[in-house]
Amino acid sequence: MPELHPFLAIDLAAEADRIVEAMRRSVRGTMKRKGAVLGLSGGIDSSVCAALAVRAFGADKVMGLHMPEADSADETLELSQLMADSLGIDTALEDITPILEGAGCYRRRDEAIRSVIPGYGSGWRSKIVLPSVVDSDSFRVFSVVAQPPEGEPIKVRLPLHAYLEVVAATNFKQRTRKMLEYYWADRLNYAVIGTPNHLEYDQGFFVKNGDGSADFKPIAHLYKTQVYALAAELGVPAEICSRPPTTDTYSMPQTQEEFYFSLPYDRMDLCLYGVDHGLTPEQLAPELGLQAEQVARVYADIAGKRKASRYLHLSPQLVGGAGVGPE
Amino acid sequence: MSIIETVTPNQLTAADVEAQLRGFIVDNFFVEDELDARESLTDAGVIDSTGVLEVVSWIEDTFSVVVPDADILPDNLDSIARIVGYVMGIAGA
Repeated sequence: MPELHPFLAIDLAAEADRIVEAMRRSVRGTMKRKGAVLGLSGGIDSSVCAALAVRAFGADKVMGLHMPEADSADETLELSQLMADSLGIDTALEDITPILEGAGCYRRRDEAIRSVIPGYGSGWRSKIVLPSVVDSDSFRVFSVVAQPPEGEPIKVRLPLHAYLEVVAATNFKQRTRKMLEYYWADRLNYAVIGTPNHLEYDQGFFVKNGDGSADFKPIAHLYKTQVYALAAELGVPAEICSRPPTTDTYSMPQTQEEFYFSLPYDRMDLCLYGVDHGLTPEQLAPELGLQAEQVARVYADIAGKRKASRYLHLSPQLVGGAGVGPE
Repeated sequence: MSIIETVTPNQLTAADVEAQLRGFIVDNFFVEDELDARESLTDAGVIDSTGVLEVVSWIEDTFSVVVPDADILPDNLDSIARIVGYVMGIAGA
């Protein structure tokens, strides 16, 4: 776990108390719900949110869901159960593979990959990747990397239609999980907790009406390194704190830098902080060990993602005059 | 019939390509045809990363060429003038 940079220093105990108080006020006071449901991924964000929910509502009022599917990493279930056990909360195992098969998630994705790699089929693994921001000024367009059961990976740029199809099909995963979270929330009269951190929330690293949907997002204001620091404060098991962030969405291992962000999260946090606080690339570059020109590229990428994610954050638009009447 | 369909690649002129491109941009990205040819399409909010793919697909489909990965650069694709110059280089040579 990286050290918390002085730019990002916060009073962790006070911050935990502030979040817990806000969760109680919103979920119990405003929503009139009795507790919280959340998906457990074995990652740092959902683990911290679970620990905060237990502080807010008690272990007997928090429901954790394990929702693995065919492409999930082996350690995902192991780590999410470790977190649930450490908190003493109830959990349910919802293997979403049959739902995804029924919806055609894997078939649609595989057909799209086959349109650019005709040999792609049973036993192959795949992921989509972006080029580096800091080392090149090329536009960031996705390529698919596919590996046959016995052979070297093949990398091919995705044309527009194949790219959109792969993403659309894969988004079934996040939307299926959210559907199940709301099933459990309705059943228990609980609220759904969303787990994005500030980096993910600001940069649109979520699926609309998938993991982007929730009743309360307790860490959406915290940089990722602050979430790690809070994890230590809340006693999250070391195995979870030391797990590198992963999308856990594609069958080949995929880092968040390959899929979305320009830099590893600790340096990405500082760049977002720099943008948020008006630091020039020249001022921030020494903190990152990068050239100012490289930081400027990351700043441009941040600005571009903010623009592109405006649609993701937009609530349903109404024609003037439509709305909900007074209580 | 469009201008492009009436000429062979060797007869392409920059004016033909720009007219076709402006039509594509107006129809596809819902903007007025008042863009300065040298204005950055990303800075102006006309295209994002998906938009870049749309532009690449348009070039490939319209001019029956393949845009190599190494060519997907702002220098080639981030303004009307740059796209026209790139198309003239790859399709009109």
